[in-house]
Amino acid sequence: MSKLLLTVNDTPYDLDVPESRTLAQVLRYDLGLTGTKIGCEEAECGACTVLVDGTPVDSCLYPAFKAQGARITTIEGLARNGELHPLQKAFIEHGAVQCGFCTPGLIMTAKALLDRNPNPTEHDIKVALKDTLCRCTGYVSVIRAIQSAARELRGEEPLPWPGVPTVPPLKAVGRPVPPQEVVDKVTGRAKFADDYAFPGMLIGRTLRAAYPHARIKRIDTSKARALPGVCAVLTHQDVPGQNRHGLIYADWPVLCDDKVRYMGDAVAIVAAEDADIAARALELIEVDYEPLPVVTDPEYAHSPDAPLVHEEWETGNLLKHIKVRHGDVEQGFAESDVIIEREYRTPTVEHAFMEPECSIAVPAGYDDEHPKLTIYVGSQIPYEDRRQTAAALGVPEDQIRVRGTLIGGGFGGKEDIAGQIHAAMLAQATGRPVKILYTRQESLLFHPKRHATIIRIKTGAKRDGTLMAVQATLYGDAGAYASLSDKVMTRATTHATGPYVVPHAKIDCYAMYTNNPPSGAFRGFGVTQSAFAVEQNMDLVAEALGMDPVEFRRKNAQRVGATTATGQLLRESVGLLETIDRVERDMRGSDPTFRWGWREGTKAYGWGVACAYKNTGLGGGAPDRATAEVEVFPNSTAEVRISSADMGQGLSVVLAQVTAEELGLPVERVHVLLSDTDLTPDGGPTTASRQTFMSGNAARHAAITMRQALAAAAAERLGVSPEVIRFEDGRLHHNGSAVEIGEVVTWMHEQGQEAKVRYVYDAPKTQPLGTGGDMHFAFSYATQAALVEVDLETGAVKVLKIIAANDVGRAINPRMLEGQVEGGIVMAMGNCLTEEYIVENGVPWSVLFSRYKIPSIKHTPEVVSHFVEEQVSSGPFGAKGVGEITSINTMPAIANAIYHATGVRVYRVPVDQDALLRALKAGATEVHTTWHDVK
Amino acid sequence: MSLWNHYYTPATVEEALALLRTYQGRARVIAGGTDLLLDIKQGHLPRPDALVDITRIPGMGDLRQEDDTVYLGAGVTHAQIVDSPVLAARATCLVESCGVVGGPQVRNVGTIGGNVAHALPAGDGTTSLIALDATADVVLNGVRQWLPLSELFVGPGESRLDQTRDLLIGFRFRLCGSHEGSAFKRIMRPQGVALPILGCAIWVRLDESGQRYEDARICIGPVAKVPARAEAVEQALRGQAVDAEAVELAVSVARQTLHPRTSKYRATAEYRQEMIEVLLRRVLPLATQRARTGEAIPEGVGME
Ligand SMILES: Cc1cc2nc3c(=O)[nH]c(=O)nc-3n(C[C@H](O)[C@H](O)[C@H](O)COP(=O)(O)OP(=O)(O)OC[C@H]3O[C@@H](n4cnc5c(N)ncnc54)[C@H](O)[C@@H]3O)c2cc1C
Ligand code: FES
Ligand code: FES
Repeated sequence: MSKLLLTVNDTPYDLDVPESRTLAQVLRYDLGLTGTKIGCEEAECGACTVLVDGTPVDSCLYPAFKAQGARITTIEGLARNGELHPLQKAFIEHGAVQCGFCTPGLIMTAKALLDRNPNPTEHDIKVALKDTLCRCTGYVSVIRAIQSAARELRGEEPLPWPGVPTVPPLKAVGRPVPPQEVVDKVTGRAKFADDYAFPGMLIGRTLRAAYPHARIKRIDTSKARALPGVCAVLTHQDVPGQNRHGLIYADWPVLCDDKVRYMGDAVAIVAAEDADIAARALELIEVDYEPLPVVTDPEYAHSPDAPLVHEEWETGNLLKHIKVRHGDVEQGFAESDVIIEREYRTPTVEHAFMEPECSIAVPAGYDDEHPKLTIYVGSQIPYEDRRQTAAALGVPEDQIRVRGTLIGGGFGGKEDIAGQIHAAMLAQATGRPVKILYTRQESLLFHPKRHATIIRIKTGAKRDGTLMAVQATLYGDAGAYASLSDKVMTRATTHATGPYVVPHAKIDCYAMYTNNPPSGAFRGFGVTQSAFAVEQNMDLVAEALGMDPVEFRRKNAQRVGATTATGQLLRESVGLLETIDRVERDMRGSDPTFRWGWREGTKAYGWGVACAYKNTGLGGGAPDRATAEVEVFPNSTAEVRISSADMGQGLSVVLAQVTAEELGLPVERVHVLLSDTDLTPDGGPTTASRQTFMSGNAARHAAITMRQALAAAAAERLGVSPEVIRFEDGRLHHNGSAVEIGEVVTWMHEQGQEAKVRYVYDAPKTQPLGTGGDMHFAFSYATQAALVEVDLETGAVKVLKIIAANDVGRAINPRMLEGQVEGGIVMAMGNCLTEEYIVENGVPWSVLFSRYKIPSIKHTPEVVSHFVEEQVSSGPFGAKGVGEITSINTMPAIANAIYHATGVRVYRVPVDQDALLRALKAGATEVHTTWHDVK
Repeated sequence: MSLWNHYYTPATVEEALALLRTYQGRARVIAGGTDLLLDIKQGHLPRPDALVDITRIPGMGDLRQEDDTVYLGAGVTHAQIVDSPVLAARATCLVESCGVVGGPQVRNVGTIGGNVAHALPAGDGTTSLIALDATADVVLNGVRQWLPLSELFVGPGESRLDQTRDLLIGFRFRLCGSHEGSAFKRIMRPQGVALPILGCAIWVRLDESGQRYEDARICIGPVAKVPARAEAVEQALRGQAVDAEAVELAVSVARQTLHPRTSKYRATAEYRQEMIEVLLRRVLPLATQRARTGEAIPEGVGME
């Protein structure tokens, strides 16, 4: 312990702390200033940015004693006397805050910029924020927010949010209402799981496998247990209930017993007084392994001589064979004049949500607030966490409470169990609260990712441009455990014809177990991968036919009355044609000189177009249900309660808007409570773009039922008929007079009635794949055009502009929707240009953030966004899914653009400038490798 | 786990050396820590017991012009270099190379001394210091001395400095005068580790008329195991007329004499070979133009 003098946000501190502290640790753990976030501890992400004597630094790798005597400014020091700083206001106004985990870092970096440069250009902003990452927003809104704040600081009018044209808004629905947590997120008050601490809390750590595939011969924890400060060391023998968990198939050991099947497998867990002791304890655990042969290639996994990942699985390494059969492909190809067959590959991709996983468990009866075993976690499916934890602990579900914290990004990567069960086991074993926070490196190693795929696809069309047949074979790398592979690869399969009318289709998909990290849900849910293949084949066929690629798509586009390849008749809400029209108008308008590709000096330019569709909701016959509770209070406010996750996509504000609309309340009077298994009913999983539709419908119907009850109570008291009562501005209006909604609540209470309604919403029934009929209750549609620049000397690819049109049924909150579009596009650009999670013979190489590059602000292109609102009658105010459709077609649009620019087609992503250049030099027209192959 | 136990901020060089001596190999010099702490974290280096922070030693942060030369303390940050008008005008390549290191947060703490001491074959700041023919003020095994910078390097990531014993104090080099100019550019890939595929710094001096190359210093890396000059290319340029042919001559000599290797997940040898030519065609004319006009505005700072 040594003396550390710091002035933090103008308050002097005289601290006694170990010299080994980083500045971030002092701020977060010694001073409780948890607004400063830790995303990587590698100086890569900038989430930890604070100002040291006015200069931005990454506090995660900044020794605290380096700052001896310095003045530190953190996000908590920005707002003065309750007045937000112009940057904080502008981030809210421009929708530059989604999950909010990156927000403190972005704002602090921007503050340092504006302190030095009051009038920054877009280029200056990109330079300043280059290493301050955001996974949600795509940075477009961030740039605008900083420009707006700069104006306000210079004494000019701040910029208003520019808006996107929509159908006329209602009172609450259709308006850019800010989410309720947004002020907390810009001030650093927002609490994510690691921001919670409880007295006596221990630190939990996980011992991971030493081999990608090995038999466990012996585990000896005695030395670790003997280490002073270690409170528990647990192995598979200590799992009280079922030692297998999983969302669909229970195949994933809580703690490995017989074998380890990938490098992220958990073998033992420890709880200790501090992180240092926990880390040393892990080193003291002895495990003897017998290494086994490793299987890493999904095609090889299918061969009879491949080693088995799960010996007990009846179909060997084949997790699932998924089939689509529609018409007669032989006949389809026989009638085709042009047939194109190609193979495409997409890599394993990491979610890289900015907040690494964290779970805290507090044992039952620890204090008054925790009569039950309670788990604090930022999870996409709290009820699933509860179910799986209860099964592993062997206790009834209602003995566990899962309290959802804010989520620093999920994108599908926070659906599976991470540390929830382990924290609960350790809390039970020690009788003390236990926090398990993964480092970025552990997060990269452990959690399920986007499936790597191999897609062979054959497309046939007639000379007049009519699509006749699609035949495809897909291999999906499911990795070591099933996770959601079954559903993800099903989606890849059913969407493998693209959003087109295809009379004949035969598609086979094999989801294969391997010793790679598991694959699971990831925004786009398999459709991202198949769209990469489908939409490039579409361009190839168009070219072979001598047809314009837009015209070819328009001719075959799904429309009302068409039937999908799974036999579903589309009866309404098919906005594809309009998305094509809008994008085409922006891309080439009536310009007679429009060209798809051209060259200027050493640069080549090209446009590319791609379409997409994506189901809303689980579908495929799975019962899809969400339950919401709405309560109105005597002070004329309301609360909606539902266990659904807001990971930054804006669900809470959407629910507030829908409820406010139905109750005629100003939206700021509706509070939303999410994700607490004791207080909020089950909204189902936050996946499959289902929550606006499902939770939105549940909240809406609960609100309607509530409104009817209020109307009935008022009608009786006032002696009027309920039909004449109108709900508006927080009042019930009737025959020229009005009464506050809260007053009616009091009347209900007086009658012994609760002003509370619970509504169970069941989605329209769907049919399983292969039975025909409605496999899904709605589809969202999209078209995108990408403009790229290729440097002909280096092969480097830059995306200059994306024009996107998304048919989402109804834009309930246009500002949040715009954020989904921009964020989805930039995330997909990463998939296409920068990201690949590399595994070498079962051993992940991409276990550092510095080895896995997600797009930074310098990649941000110009984005032009259009909303198409083809309402779906069963959706809340016509809305359907939003979260995924925005990111599906970016990748093929860019690939098609690269082809138009250079004449070289990329069959694999991420695009490798090295290979692209070599192809250009050699006069080749295809690239089938990535940087992964540079060895 | 803690990456170190004790943290010292000595006030003099002697104090720093004494601390290192006391710890007998278990203490290590730290400047910005942007390389060091990651190296320790990733197990490339053993965990030191103590860190000796040299950035508060007076003089370590000095950036001062001394007539036609400049003195840079080893603790000068990349940000300080980027902000220096003198260097922008008269050591432009150094500003361009330090301007592309990391992002602002890293440039605000990472130092030129750390960049050199880390001894990568293509540390961006180092590449330009070599082209500027810098000398280094060092204490090696207790002996303080000035060495040509290029004599400091032994192998990839390895220098003659024992960082548990020795110190880098500063650098000195001549600023560009009339008819002299410099430039730096690099080629990156957007995937994987942020190490340059290739970096290239060039300094040239033209004759009085501005028509002929009198001298040139070129550092292209990574080609060899240590940062090194492309001497054959330099030699070929001396006496050549300033024109497109000179550039093509440089390219053809480079093709014959420089043989970069393939490095895993970064670049194929073939691509690197190609990029040597691209960089020569981009950087040589830029440095030449600066020498001719006497005007230089750094390019690409913060974005490449
Ligand atoms: C996100 C990120 C991006 C980066 N990008 C780049 C890049 O684009 N290009 C690039 O070249 N580098 C890059 N780096 C590496 C690094 O920032 C630079 O090399 C920096 O200049 C190192 O300086 P430092 O002061 O931080 O060194 P430190 O980490 O403090 O030290 C590095 C090594 O030098 C020794 N050392 C430091 N100073 C002295 C001294 N005075 N005497 C003796 N030994 C000393 C240390 O013991 C250590 O071994 C990046 C780093 C990060 C984290
Ligand atoms: S840069 Fe510090 S946490 Fe990522
Ligand atoms: S809002 Fe930036 S990471 Fe989520």
